Amino acid sequence: MIHKKILEEHKLTEEEYERIVELIGKEPNITELGIFSLMWSEHCSYKSSKAHLQKLPVTGENVIQGPGENAGIIDIGEGLAAVFKIESHNHPSFIEPYQGAATGVGGILRDIFTMGARPIALMDALRFGPLSLPKNKTITEGIISGIAGYGNCMGVPTVGGDVYFNECYSLNPLVNAFCLGICEKDKIFYAKAEGEGNPVLYVGSKTGRDGIHGATMASAEFGEDLEEKRPNVQVGDPFKEKLLLEACLEVMNKNLIIGIQDMGAAGLTCSTTEMASNAKSGIEINLDLIPQREEGMTPYEIMLSESQERMLLVAKKETVKEVQEIYAKWDLDAVIVGQVTSDQRLKVIFEGITVVDIPVQAVVDMCPLYHRESKVPAYLESQTKLDPIPPPEDYNGTLKKLLSSPTIADKQWVFRQYDHMVQINTALLPGADASVLRLKNKKFALAMTLDGNSLYTYLDPKTGGKIAVAEACRNLACVGAHPVGVTNCLNFGNPEKPEIMWQFQEAIEGIAAACRTFNIPVTGGNVSFYNETEGLSIHPTPVLGIVGLLRDVDKSCSPGFKNTGDVIFLIGKNKDEIGGSEYLKFIWDMEKGQPPQIDLQTEKQVHKVCIEAIAKGLLHSAHDISEGGLAVCIAECAFLGDNRLGCTLHLKDRIRSDALLFGESQSRIIVTAKPENKDALVKIAQGQNVPIEEIGTTGGKNMTVYHNQKKIIDLPVQKSYTTWKQAIPDHFKAR
Amino acid sequence: MSKLRFGVVVFPGSNCDHDTFHVLRNVYGQDTFYLWHKDHDLNNADCIILPGGFSYGDYLRSGAIAKFSPLMKELQEFAHGGGLVLGICNGFQVLLELGLLPGAMLRNKNLKFLCEHVHLKMENDQTPFTNQWQENRVLRIPIAHFDGNYYASSDTIEEIKTNDQIVFRYADREGRITEEANVNGSVENIAGLVNKQRNVLGMMPHPERASESLLGSNDGQAIFKSIIHHLTHSLNYS
Repeated sequence: MIHKKILEEHKLTEEEYERIVELIGKEPNITELGIFSLMWSEHCSYKSSKAHLQKLPVTGENVIQGPGENAGIIDIGEGLAAVFKIESHNHPSFIEPYQGAATGVGGILRDIFTMGARPIALMDALRFGPLSLPKNKTITEGIISGIAGYGNCMGVPTVGGDVYFNECYSLNPLVNAFCLGICEKDKIFYAKAEGEGNPVLYVGSKTGRDGIHGATMASAEFGEDLEEKRPNVQVGDPFKEKLLLEACLEVMNKNLIIGIQDMGAAGLTCSTTEMASNAKSGIEINLDLIPQREEGMTPYEIMLSESQERMLLVAKKETVKEVQEIYAKWDLDAVIVGQVTSDQRLKVIFEGITVVDIPVQAVVDMCPLYHRESKVPAYLESQTKLDPIPPPEDYNGTLKKLLSSPTIADKQWVFRQYDHMVQINTALLPGADASVLRLKNKKFALAMTLDGNSLYTYLDPKTGGKIAVAEACRNLACVGAHPVGVTNCLNFGNPEKPEIMWQFQEAIEGIAAACRTFNIPVTGGNVSFYNETEGLSIHPTPVLGIVGLLRDVDKSCSPGFKNTGDVIFLIGKNKDEIGGSEYLKFIWDMEKGQPPQIDLQTEKQVHKVCIEAIAKGLLHSAHDISEGGLAVCIAECAFLGDNRLGCTLHLKDRIRSDALLFGESQSRIIVTAKPENKDALVKIAQGQNVPIEEIGTTGGKNMTVYHNQKKIIDLPVQKSYTTWKQAIPDHFKAR
Repeated sequence: MSKLRFGVVVFPGSNCDHDTFHVLRNVYGQDTFYLWHKDHDLNNADCIILPGGFSYGDYLRSGAIAKFSPLMKELQEFAHGGGLVLGICNGFQVLLELGLLPGAMLRNKNLKFLCEHVHLKMENDQTPFTNQWQENRVLRIPIAHFDGNYYASSDTIEEIKTNDQIVFRYADREGRITEEANVNGSVENIAGLVNKQRNVLGMMPHPERASESLLGSNDGQAIFKSIIHHLTHSLNYS
């Protein structure tokens, strides 16, 4: 019997151990145990989440590949497929921000090109602690440099993403990396080891001791031993990955291989067992043939290493030579390290001795699943109650302060560090509601966005889940695109705590309901549990990555005001909802109240109006109302226009001015149109039964707002623009 | 008019090779092909382009390893013989390392990668790369680099100026050469320069990213159209 301490180190329970013994019919040796510990970790097995993830809609006419592969695939028409996925790299990015974030980007890129698609866009959802703490600044700078360092070198544009700041991420930043690639839909490659006797090749960087136990590390909370975990973080080499990308795509274009899998989390262990499992075959590899960069590595270390920029592929016997020649052209070695077998076992040879001999299915498919206990968290009762607050005395000052909140402030300081234009497809640059990428020689285009407001999910996970989907789709609608597919990254605390499990269940139900209403399939994603450091959990943070299609790339829309004298309309309806707002958080330091409510059907109708109006060329601008409410939305419309035009609004709602200006009620979009297009626009809204109201006009140098004839806001655009623009850079200047 | 032949060099780590290829073939309609860095053949190109990217990962120093690629021998001969060579971004860095242009690149002054549209003042319309300028001498073209802070000794700078080698300088939208507009800290706001013979241009901004109005600017067109005009009419600037 293996010692208890060893089991603990491998994060396996005694029951799990007994199950392993039963499944493989023997006591596992240490290498075999290491393999099980990785593949049965939360990160690889989804053992706590699987039961709930099944609630998400995963099918649809356009789905080519749903969850379970390296990435999801959607048919986008004209013979093309979009391959996309989002994945977290939270734990490594906290321990070593630059490399942690860089290898997160490297990993998600491999997931995409492994399937035969050329990556054309990256985005990142980032969550940091407040910049007033030096430690958070270091983390923020490191993570952003890491993302830039990797993506820029690869020549894949980072076209957007979102950034939020909240105390709960101080010791637990989130890095969720999204990638999208394009391929011909009949040229997709899968991770399968087919054909007995076919050679198994190892390609890419040499194997070292880096990243051993990365996946198990990502499946536990952090305590005070943080510094010691640094060696668990992998080190990235984007140049090597660029070569790997070009060589792999060349080999795939020539149809020379049968199956391919990248070595990400759980390295050789995961790639060998999954490729065999998918093809119901076996694999035999000889570790002496694995290229190694350190001496004296044990089989345990080689099998568990998470060295980056490595691929495992299965070639046909007759094509091996040509495959190797192509890799050699790109200065990469492709080494035959084993072969496909038919016995459905993973067999590993080291110095002539069989060191692993276990059934593949046991490793990949037989991990026990848990229906963990759930319980409503105690904090909810007090946090959702909001005592009355006095209205602000100075609305101008309040708005200006809100514009300096890093969550709301301009993010160009982040985006300009990313090459967001390489590949020359980026038709709408970062900073708009969604990014738009043209497809060369096509009329239609892709739009994409990431969203997830964790304050809402903290106060009401189900509503928060719905809103995350709704807002992402609304962002797409604002550029003129309709959603076609979803990937999600679910960042939560320790699932062994019933309160966390409750948040998780509720959030999934919300996401599932919204996806069903919008009729969009979830094609995959990633669950990141154990986002806790020293017992403190992050807010539940589901991040939604939604991909949309734009019928005509020449008819996209952007948020900035364009011309003097345009009419400003509100599509949707203002409501008296101030709970869970950035206003309460930043101005009043309160994370309280009920988050805004949402009616999914109404939301959907609002999107339809916006998309139709854009398609008909009626709109000059469109921007959705989100964090900071109507006032911040209008300010952003002014800032994002080339001429920084002002505007005058007359609001008549019977709502308290603070709730009206800063509340975050859903299903609202601010649009502008030429006066002569007014009627046509109103008609479209009426056709969908959506409220629409003319609220003002563009022009002048000031942003002026009247509420029931009383002037409550009058700010020079240029001055408030500087506040908004400089808020984040100023935090980094004082060093 | 018969098509001109443009060769786009591919180093390991080049990543604007496809972009440059795309605009030359599909926007400007020229006969365009890739040149593999390990070969020894320029394939009868009329103009060679060293594209942007991270050749050899920018390891050691941007452009420092690409300089040793086999094809660089033929490129040097081509350039010395008066052939047109355009180095964009990393391509500019390679030209500096090859000694085809004077000076060197330092890290950007803010020590961060910078990607954004900048304004450039065109300073010399008597080159094969700039002969098609009508009136507007201010261009809006994107940059995307970490090491674009141009440096040369004061003697070299004097020489460059005496010979009118400065082609582009970072400017504000009115074309004024200001410290604020000098995004990366380059000496004399230099964004692009030619050799004495005028047949080799290196520039940090990416004209291939400003060749289609859908992407926000067409201002890069003047450069490619100038090259095409020059090659079609065999102009002389000396």
